[in-house]
Amino acid sequence: MQLILEKRAQASGLMNLLSPVLAILLTVIMGGLIFAAMGKPPLTALYLYFIDPLTSWWSIEEVLVKAGPLILIGVGLAVCFKANVWNIGAEGQFTAGALMGAIIPVLWGEWQSPFALVAMLFLGALGGALFAFIPAWLKTRFGVNEILTSLMLVYIAQLLLDWMVRGPWNDPHGYNFPKSASFEGWHLLPMWGDGRMHLGLVVSLVAALVLFWVMRHTLKGFEVNVVGSAPRAGAFAGFSQTKMVWFCFALSGGLAGLAGLIEVAGPVGQLQPNISPNYGFTAIIVAFLGRLNPIGVIFAGLLLAISYIGGEGVQIELGISDKTTQVFQGMLLFFILMCDTLILYRLKWISTQSSQQAIGDPS
Amino acid sequence: MKKLLTAAASIALVSALSISAVAADKLKVGFIYIGPPGDHGWTYQHDQGRQAIDTRFGDQVETVFVENVPEGPDAERTITRLARQGAGLIFTTSFGYMDPTLKVAAKFPDVKFEHATGYKRTDNVSTYSSRFYEGRYVIGQIAAKTSKTGVAGYIGSFPIPEVVRGINAFLLGAQTVNPDFKLKVVWVNSWFDPGREADAAKVLISQGADIITQHTDSTAAVQVAEEQGVNAFGQASDMAAFAPNALLTSIIDNWADYYIARTQAVLDGSWVSTDTFGGMDANMVNIGPFINMPADVKAEAEATVAAIISGKLHPFAGPIYKQDGSLAAAAGETIDLGTLLGMDWYVQGVDDKL
Repeated sequence: MQLILEKRAQASGLMNLLSPVLAILLTVIMGGLIFAAMGKPPLTALYLYFIDPLTSWWSIEEVLVKAGPLILIGVGLAVCFKANVWNIGAEGQFTAGALMGAIIPVLWGEWQSPFALVAMLFLGALGGALFAFIPAWLKTRFGVNEILTSLMLVYIAQLLLDWMVRGPWNDPHGYNFPKSASFEGWHLLPMWGDGRMHLGLVVSLVAALVLFWVMRHTLKGFEVNVVGSAPRAGAFAGFSQTKMVWFCFALSGGLAGLAGLIEVAGPVGQLQPNISPNYGFTAIIVAFLGRLNPIGVIFAGLLLAISYIGGEGVQIELGISDKTTQVFQGMLLFFILMCDTLILYRLKWISTQSSQQAIGDPS
Repeated sequence: MKKLLTAAASIALVSALSISAVAADKLKVGFIYIGPPGDHGWTYQHDQGRQAIDTRFGDQVETVFVENVPEGPDAERTITRLARQGAGLIFTTSFGYMDPTLKVAAKFPDVKFEHATGYKRTDNVSTYSSRFYEGRYVIGQIAAKTSKTGVAGYIGSFPIPEVVRGINAFLLGAQTVNPDFKLKVVWVNSWFDPGREADAAKVLISQGADIITQHTDSTAAVQVAEEQGVNAFGQASDMAAFAPNALLTSIIDNWADYYIARTQAVLDGSWVSTDTFGGMDANMVNIGPFINMPADVKAEAEATVAAIISGKLHPFAGPIYKQDGSLAAAAGETIDLGTLLGMDWYVQGVDDKL
């Protein structure tokens, strides 16, 4: 007997839905084994990891705060990847958006009005989109691989932020420590709850719902799907590959930039060298885990957020290294990719005896 | 009368209950670490301090720590979590936790916070740091005595005042031996990144440095020095085990005494917000054993240490010139504390630009 992969005649719709569930299940089982191998009670650890974050209002708020930027960046990337455009540099666009939006609190600190906040949000999205236009232009003009350029621009954006907070935008009363002055009044997002819930969450959900509608019910959504899955068919239909690249980078870059501004005008409250615990990169996992579907991305963002908050809880309660969180996220992505094989292939047992017979018998 | 008795009894009961509640309630002391305790540097020494609390107070206190907490938006959540879990005293042990610590402290007025190396304080937030520059001055002198090329390499983390102060103190110490001593600086933009720290050490050695020192948290640089046969100094912790032939000495941070004192203060109810900036005299900065060096170099280093402890020698006593040639402190003057805390300029002779 031998186990082989056999190509399905048609992609399996059932497996498309089941694959993430199966991947999560495998992650939980493997995770339990890892905890047991480390000498920790596996069930307690898994409870602390996946359930405990949802048992108090405070930790639910923190999960939502963490999920916000992941969802906002993730939905943009989902559309982008669907169209076969590979923007890997959301982390850089996030930073660029934060920088551009911070122009108002840093340079026009006296302008205190709701319009200042609106302008900041607009500038944040604009900054991210403009920064994303660099790989888009290189791709469409010179055919440069956008994976490389968008990734390399991440480091440029981070170093630019680093330089800005040490140099021109350094807090004049901050003893030369690398920070801008703290944002105040209307330069901060409205917050509520006893934790750190802020308006950004609403923005993320609205963006996901709008994109879901766009992808399902508009010509643009159809265009993204066609260009992504069959570029030649798209070309015959009159859809321009070049325009699609620009559209995708504008959308995903703009949303990442908006997420960056929301982060500095929300939980962080100022510019500093580290404004993102790798949101832009984690959002790539989120986009795939969500099946490149905006609604799926909401759930994937929440799941990843739980894995961060839960990982922290496990670390404190059981004294396990913080690397566990990374191992869990790595396993999740690995199992997702593995289970995705089952969408196009099915597992099949074949009898080795019969295949030998087939070889031995020329008739 | 009966009423009075009932009242008295209930008061007695309530007070008995509250006493037992206090006795049952251990003080929980939380720590936030920038790296892993296994870095054998900065975080390792803070963790030694935490363990000293455990040893000293036994069942009276319970300590808990979180490692590798990034200096970003996540720090606030982690600190909040410790406060919510009932910690009564929380040490946040890296500069970047300053604003998150203040934000959390405002929400938990009954919890005491201690922030290392920062400058913002409130009623329930103290700050503490050490005059590491005293140690830097001593190793600068040793470097100038032992170096053959007259060039030392300095691996910096972030160009914040604390690090710039260390670079200046090192070179000022070296210049007392060799006025033409050169100092090259490489910034790695991280507190803990062994790979980049090692690369920086290799670059500095290839540029002619035969002494390596670092203001980062891992042992990577001293290990590279050991491999390449140049000398090095341990930072934050005694690193002799990682470079038995290359190491000359180490600057050792001693947090244990401070941590025990502050925990005791919370237990006594005498804790108040303070600012502590202790040096060698307060036993907060120690110099490790002097090894791999001639006896005269060792004797001179010991004399310098004694002079700093007695207050006879101040590393930032004039005359001191800035990199641009302007006078920072005339002979007979000492650079004041405010300037030291916000130091954003190099002394003359540093081969780098801020």
